[in-house]
Amino acid sequence: MVGRRILLEFVLLIFLPVIFAVLVPFVYKKIKGIHTGWFVLVVPLVLFGYYASFLPLVMDGGHAISEMKWIPSLGIAFTSYIDGLSLLFTLLITGIGSLVVLYSVFYMDREKEDLGSFYVYLLMFMTAMLGVVQSDNTMTLYLFWELTSISSFLLIGFWYTKDKSRFGALKSMMITVFGGLMMLGAFILLSIMGETFSVRELIAEAPELVSHPYFTLALVLLLLGAFTKSAQFPFYIWLPDAMEAPTPVSAYLHSATMVKAGIYLVARFTPIFGSASTWIWLVTGIGLLTLFWGSFFAVKQTDLKAILAFSTVSQLGLIMSLLGAGAISYHATAAVFGFATYAAIFHLINHAAFKGGLFMIAGIIDHETGTRDIRKLGGLMSVMPISFTVAAIGSLSMAGLPPFSGFLSKEMFLESMVALRHFELFNFDTWGILFPIVAWIASVFTFTYSMYFVLKTFMGQKKFDQLPTQPHEAPIGMLISPMILATIVILVFFIPNVIGKWMIKPAVMAIQPTLYANPSAIDIHVKAWHGFGAAGLWLTIGVVAFGTLLYLTIPKWQPLYRMQPDSLSLNNGYDAMMRGSEKGMNRVSRLYMTGKIRTYLLYMFAFMSVTIIALLFLKDAFVLDMNSFAAITLYGSLNAIVLILSVGFVVFAKSRLAAIIALGGVGYSVALFFVIFKAPDLALTQLVIETVSVALFLLAFKHLPALSTHGETKRNKMVNLIVSLSVGVMVTLVALSSHSQKMIPSISQYYKDTVKTEAAGGNIVNVILVDYRGFDTLFEIAVLAIAGIAVLGMIRLRVSRKEPTDENE
Amino acid sequence: MNVFYSVCLVLVILSMLGLLYRVWKGPSVPDRLVALDAVGVMLISAIALFSILFDTPFFIDAILLIAIMSFIGTVSFSKFIERGEIIERGPNR
Repeated sequence: MVGRRILLEFVLLIFLPVIFAVLVPFVYKKIKGIHTGWFVLVVPLVLFGYYASFLPLVMDGGHAISEMKWIPSLGIAFTSYIDGLSLLFTLLITGIGSLVVLYSVFYMDREKEDLGSFYVYLLMFMTAMLGVVQSDNTMTLYLFWELTSISSFLLIGFWYTKDKSRFGALKSMMITVFGGLMMLGAFILLSIMGETFSVRELIAEAPELVSHPYFTLALVLLLLGAFTKSAQFPFYIWLPDAMEAPTPVSAYLHSATMVKAGIYLVARFTPIFGSASTWIWLVTGIGLLTLFWGSFFAVKQTDLKAILAFSTVSQLGLIMSLLGAGAISYHATAAVFGFATYAAIFHLINHAAFKGGLFMIAGIIDHETGTRDIRKLGGLMSVMPISFTVAAIGSLSMAGLPPFSGFLSKEMFLESMVALRHFELFNFDTWGILFPIVAWIASVFTFTYSMYFVLKTFMGQKKFDQLPTQPHEAPIGMLISPMILATIVILVFFIPNVIGKWMIKPAVMAIQPTLYANPSAIDIHVKAWHGFGAAGLWLTIGVVAFGTLLYLTIPKWQPLYRMQPDSLSLNNGYDAMMRGSEKGMNRVSRLYMTGKIRTYLLYMFAFMSVTIIALLFLKDAFVLDMNSFAAITLYGSLNAIVLILSVGFVVFAKSRLAAIIALGGVGYSVALFFVIFKAPDLALTQLVIETVSVALFLLAFKHLPALSTHGETKRNKMVNLIVSLSVGVMVTLVALSSHSQKMIPSISQYYKDTVKTEAAGGNIVNVILVDYRGFDTLFEIAVLAIAGIAVLGMIRLRVSRKEPTDENE
Repeated sequence: MNVFYSVCLVLVILSMLGLLYRVWKGPSVPDRLVALDAVGVMLISAIALFSILFDTPFFIDAILLIAIMSFIGTVSFSKFIERGEIIERGPNR
């Protein structure tokens, strides 16, 4: 249903930021006078303008797709698939991206900061995020997903000289990459189930996928990916630590865009998984838990950005729980559940607007006063009136008060949660009553921390003497972006249905494609006033009443937070896990990596003999065929006794010289065996080599350590005995059974027949060595040459003993 | 006639065992060394008897080789026992 012809291969636009990123260092180095951010600003603005032109197409329920093949043989392609949902996210990314770049021009100092790197990372992130929301191919979606993790890592660690920045960057990397890998697992399972990487095709196959045995596993893995990225419980712990990033980054990545990638993922895959009860329970339950947890702990924080981080966590939980409730619409016809998805998208837009603004205000306060500690701040209203106005608008919207956008979405949220009680499938009639209660309590806390954030900072007594710098209003350039966002917050309240028509309904269509024929069929009309009968109204009044009460009594109950010991916090759990795994791995590797060759040989021999003996008997490979054995001769057996005695002597010898002599005895009796078995060439060679090697042993004798039994405990000896016996048994068994079952006849008859006619020789062994299979001989000559050169090198090129050769020393 | 050679062979191998007993017991290194040298002689005899038994001339080389090798081996051992090394450094090094 493509409404118009699109000439440009617009998939290439995804890469526009990253291509521009290549130019950024040149611009930064060559054009000294102008802040690099002004050049970067062009990119998101152009993209925003271009993508906005898709709005009419999408509003009618259409979609546009542009594809660039990457690995066609595997069906992997870069896709730009634009429907309501991806367009909404694209506009958020480019729109807020433009505002953030504008803000950063005034926030980041041209002289002191490494702007070249900053904008490269930021543009990289923009490409990654556009790729995530527009990809129709799960493999490239994963690729871009990891690119967001990496660029976020780089941005959090931007001030890499600070320990906390590096810690935060590493922590967020560990957690989000863990989730990303889980998500990759889900994608692979999905591609096995549906035999395609395309999300649209998977959605089309959704009814068949539900009954597949991998379905639930894929569901859980996908949710792990979404929950880690969107900072849901218990994976939210990276987000507060990510606040070490520069404020534009916190505003952009950690409130408006990247943390919503998980929301996007859940929304995008709702048509596939939404009908499962696991999905509804997990998404709604974890979302609500996160909402409550985040809002509860936000009041504990004293750092402005930490309050906002916890508030982001809790608002993301809210959106997540609404998406879960929206999935119920696959089962229940009650209009309120279709409503929930609408509310989720609505709140997503609201949250991006007011949270972006609030972060920028926190950055301004930090910039102008030198601190973000709420205990040192107060009474800033008179010196920073514009910042105060914007902060108040944002906070009131966050708290859910009229006349701000948050009021509308919060009311829809409460209505949906109340309605959950009436849903009868999947045990919701038993436990459903918990949902509205938790949601309401969380809203009370949300109200409290919103008030806490704005009132403690801007009202109260002035404590300017404690501040590092004397506060004053920020430059106007810094205030433009938050002012625009605040304007949006107010505008949305008064014209919610315009935004609903242009952006939200097409997005809802993408999440619930089967419910409606086209976006205009969604009969949701948001009103600010529902009359006195609406449950949402009374709940909101209750939230304001109790929230005010809680706010006024903060000093009385804030000590409660101290009752939770640090050792029980999730952060401590993460730290203990990291430390424990490092320690544990160290202990494990120290346990088996002793640095002694003896131990390693023991492992190898034990493993080899056990596997081969087990295999022989498990696979019934052991066969003993006595008929193929030759008769035992008297000389043979006598010589065998000589050989065994000599070997025993080598093993039990007390001095090294005696052992060398006995080794010579072994070699000579082997030579005698060659004689008995009629191999004159072998016997000759064996005799010479044996003599030479005994002489070599004697030559090196002075340098050999005395034959000692140091470290040889009785237990060690027993283990050695067992292992050597089992190796002996293994070799014997293999030799016996391979002798007993010759699968194919020997080819030696051919050599016997042709040695004279083809090769003009009488000695078969020699003819084989130099004629039939001369290549082996060639390379054995090479081996000898290498050994000779190596010996020469070792003797001549002696490194001075003073230099440490072992890196562990 | 084969019986005669076989008996000889068994006797040779038995004496080899006896010599090995000497190698085992020692008590001094020269005792062992002389025993090993005699083992070499026994090997020569054994191989000679074998080539008669197998009726083949191919092992004659081996006999000569053992004679040389056993001599070299005994000399190097003796030198080792006397000097503590086999190949001495030249006077100008």
